[in-house]
Amino acid sequence: MTLYDEQLTRSAGLGPQRSPVRAGSATYSVSSEEDLLTVRHAVRAATVEAGFGLVDQTRIVTAASELARNAYIHGGGGSLTIEQLRQPPQQGGRRGLRLTVRDEGPGIPDLESALTDGFTTGAGLGHGLGGAQRLMHEFSVHSTTGEGTTVVVTRWNGR
Amino acid sequence: MSTSETSVRDGLLEALREREQEIADRWVRLQLEQSTLDTDMNEHELREEADLLISALRTGLASDVPVERLVTSQHELRRTVIELSLRRARAGATPTATSLAVLSLKEVLLEAMQHTTRDTAELFSAAVLVNRLLDAAGALSFETYVEGREEIIQRQSRQLMELSTPVVRLWHHVLAVPLIGTLDTARTQVVMENLLQGIQDHEAKVAIIDITGVPAVDTAVAQHLMHTVNAVRLMGADCVISGIRPPIAQTIAQLGIDLSTILTRATLADALAAAVHLTDQPSVSGSYSPAGP
Amino acid sequence: MNGPLSAPGAPAGSSPPPPVPQPAGVPILRLGDVLVTGLLNELDDKSAVAFTEELTTRIVGDAARGVLIDISRLEVIDSFVARTLMELTTMARLLGARVIVAGMRPAVAITLVELGLQLTGVETALNAEAGLLALGWQQMPRPSGEAPRDSLR
Repeated sequence: MTLYDEQLTRSAGLGPQRSPVRAGSATYSVSSEEDLLTVRHAVRAATVEAGFGLVDQTRIVTAASELARNAYIHGGGGSLTIEQLRQPPQQGGRRGLRLTVRDEGPGIPDLESALTDGFTTGAGLGHGLGGAQRLMHEFSVHSTTGEGTTVVVTRWNGR
Repeated sequence: MSTSETSVRDGLLEALREREQEIADRWVRLQLEQSTLDTDMNEHELREEADLLISALRTGLASDVPVERLVTSQHELRRTVIELSLRRARAGATPTATSLAVLSLKEVLLEAMQHTTRDTAELFSAAVLVNRLLDAAGALSFETYVEGREEIIQRQSRQLMELSTPVVRLWHHVLAVPLIGTLDTARTQVVMENLLQGIQDHEAKVAIIDITGVPAVDTAVAQHLMHTVNAVRLMGADCVISGIRPPIAQTIAQLGIDLSTILTRATLADALAAAVHLTDQPSVSGSYSPAGP
Repeated sequence: MNGPLSAPGAPAGSSPPPPVPQPAGVPILRLGDVLVTGLLNELDDKSAVAFTEELTTRIVGDAARGVLIDISRLEVIDSFVARTLMELTTMARLLGARVIVAGMRPAVAITLVELGLQLTGVETALNAEAGLLALGWQQMPRPSGEAPRDSLR
């Protein structure tokens, strides 16, 4: 009942601070195998905090794992930033989680095939990009050859 | 105006302080008499609510916020009015009844003022002030109510979605989800999650998805159904789809999905027979081998 | 042992620490001609390779005809873990053993499918019991002449 009350209260615009889009963020280094595990734990904790259900938690942690491993293996290490989001009440007031994964590696020369990779070959590790895209609601990737790759993914909590 | 407003506010504040019990009692009785309530709230709950609102009105009037903005800006008063509306929304009251109930406090307050002064001009000013104050409160409660109601509707539609996709146990180790009505992506996802959870809970070997009652599916939903079949297999169970109607078969064919790897049956009865047959075999599912006899 | 990483899910308390370092944290138990093992959440590249090596060595050494991999503890399967499972299956099959992956959680199954990974060629079972049944383990008169070296829990 309390959770529900909170929802009602929020929708009535009662909260002391009205709908900040960004409710907090944290950045983690991704430059070792240990970091990959740390990042997974941090993302899991963030999904729980954002109120995601078990299946959505698994989707987001899996996407994070794919992207972080990319940055570590293909990008020679990088960082992952977790942001808690909240939509303004008039847009539904949903909570969300945004992950930004950056590396300064060689970049991805052929983005289009990188995005279809995991899907067609199945067995291959690919770049894990296509998979992460399918697990999240919003997806954008920016890559410059020789300078690095930045992937931003977001999932909203529909429940 | 400001000096007279101050004195009227002071007068009202005094009345609220001195006749707190009386005002609360009278308001509760008025609501019960007028039967504008149409909730299942009892007298005790109403009384508690009345005490809270009167206390909030006192705090509000004692502040220096102008009366026209008092309800919207004064924190405690605003919160009290919002909570009152939400409570009544949950108790099943209509928005009209809720704001009428708030407005009926006017009558009670004016009666109370009559005890403190007999001056017509003063009473008139008091009436204007009470009107402004409680009209704003009534409007806010109406607004809150509608927003709160929206939340309830959304929640209920989610619950309805859960209800409309029941996972039933048909046989030892055989589960079925009879799907009825239009499938959208959200509902299909709920089906998938419930079914897989059911498989784990019941240690089911076969899951039947019956889509006899589904008029048509779009490509996204067909894709979700195929995902469901694959996820069921990954968990180590088999999946049978029954009741595929021609338009749906067409959609699936257009998607280029290879139906040969999916066990399909015309009716739920046929599917159950196939499922029972499957449960007699070793319970292993492999995505490389076509399921079925 | 890969230091603190393997700690969280490792068998705790009652069972003594394994005499031989266990690369992936889960011991390989032998029941008749079936090997039973599992995967932990914290699987990294090095331990995956070490685990694959150990398992294939054991399949040959114990002349195993079947392998049951319990994954009920896995909260996440990403493409790396999925690939590890597929490679294990292929290698075991080449060595004459049938692999069954048992106990995948519902949320993991949904995610894996959406990720676009079907675990092609991998046989699955609902839980370890069903998997062992499928491997014909219940027909063995007794587990084996030799006592198990380790326990799963």
